[in-house]
Amino acid sequence: MGELNFAQLWSPIRLTIELAFITTILLLIFGTPIAWWLARSKARWKEAVATVVAMPLVLPPTVLGFYLLLLLGPNGPGGWIAGLYGARTLAFTFTGLVIGSVIYSMPFVVQPIRNAFEAFGDRPLEVAATLRASPWDAFWSVAVPLARPGFLTGAILGFAHTIGEFGVILMIGGNIPGQTKVLSVAIYDFVETQHWTEAHILAGGMVVFSFAVILATMMLGRRYGQQGR
Amino acid sequence: MRARLSWLKLPMAALASVMIAATMSTAAHAAEVKVAVAANFTEAVKEIGALFEKATGHKPVFSFGPTGGLYNQVTQAAPFEVFVSADQATPAKAIAEGHAVAGTAFTYATGKLVLFSKTDGLNLGEQTLKDGKFTKIAIANPKTAPYGTAAVEVMQKLGVYDALKGKIVEGNNIAQTYQFVDTANAEVGFIAFAQIALKPGGSRWVVPANLHKTIAQDAVLLKTGANNDAAKAFIAFLKGPEARKVIEKYGYGFVD
Repeated sequence: MGELNFAQLWSPIRLTIELAFITTILLLIFGTPIAWWLARSKARWKEAVATVVAMPLVLPPTVLGFYLLLLLGPNGPGGWIAGLYGARTLAFTFTGLVIGSVIYSMPFVVQPIRNAFEAFGDRPLEVAATLRASPWDAFWSVAVPLARPGFLTGAILGFAHTIGEFGVILMIGGNIPGQTKVLSVAIYDFVETQHWTEAHILAGGMVVFSFAVILATMMLGRRYGQQGR
Repeated sequence: MRARLSWLKLPMAALASVMIAATMSTAAHAAEVKVAVAANFTEAVKEIGALFEKATGHKPVFSFGPTGGLYNQVTQAAPFEVFVSADQATPAKAIAEGHAVAGTAFTYATGKLVLFSKTDGLNLGEQTLKDGKFTKIAIANPKTAPYGTAAVEVMQKLGVYDALKGKIVEGNNIAQTYQFVDTANAEVGFIAFAQIALKPGGSRWVVPANLHKTIAQDAVLLKTGANNDAAKAFIAFLKGPEARKVIEKYGYGFVD
């Protein structure tokens, strides 16, 4: 093999970070109300909803990839949305990857936030109510600060899990440099074509990154765990 | 506990004797051969495999993937015994790098490249590529799949590669490329003719052979299979008239 091409290495790294960043923000926006509802609702069927959210933990990425390919395509709702701005499909696009990643990483964000909401019980909110705080006010000034460790853990896990996504993206991405060729797919490509130097650089970086992320969540958990007691 | 399990003893003993008998009969008559097959040849080789098993009693076990990816696994001691590649370069490399038996490589078929669309009644041709009136064109990864390499050659030869570059989506192998076109996520795609030879519907243009290098597809006996009679029998069968008939049915050509 020839010289190392750093642009070839950097493009997937940047794309992956962008994807994980946008996905994490969307996950917090959509995941928080879901987690709140799951934590506070008395509805009997809420565990069914919780199960749907958690299913990507168990389903193989190929199942999600297969359905996404159909849903994002010209004959699915994704194709209809793409039609609004003159495209045909959401597959092979960054938007498509974001949609896939949000679904795929949802349980990693909802579960810790739900746990955090459940952990402090009804009492703080009742106190807030007696102090005449509106539910909206109580949510922002009581519930969210109390659930901060849950938000942090959820955000870190959601971000990290999106960085590590592979199967779904391989199936709906189309391997387009700068648009859908993320880190994991680039590593796969390098390995398949026996460009092992590049594969080593990226794969080694992922090992270090994963170690740092998991260590950070564990230390975070310890710190908040001790403070809470 | 013992009493509870005693009812299991009889069926277990029966099962054990069946398994021993099965192992012995395998040793005596038939063996297994593990074959790595380039994705474009999937449908054809399944048919050939069934005929092979009927004729010889040997059982072929197929693994499908892109040629480059499969060879990569071979270099890491994958248990494959025969390698059915989609090109000539990779089997040659396998011999040069000491993974395959010298002198056993042979061309079992020449592949046809086809431009395919799921939409019926389109008049596909050179003009389709020159007009470029589509948003996505699917090809197999040209770095690992010979049909992808050929697709790039065609676009380059027609002088449209730079114009179409931004519309290309890559399948990891030719099977995934077909899937992109079959789900209509890509309007058109370069796939192997064999993939759609027996399927009606859609629009197709068989790319003239002078627009790309011949896709000569070689198979080779890997060193892991050098002492396996079933592996040698499979190679022989692949050259034979029964296999040839199937290969022809799927639209492949031959060098001779």
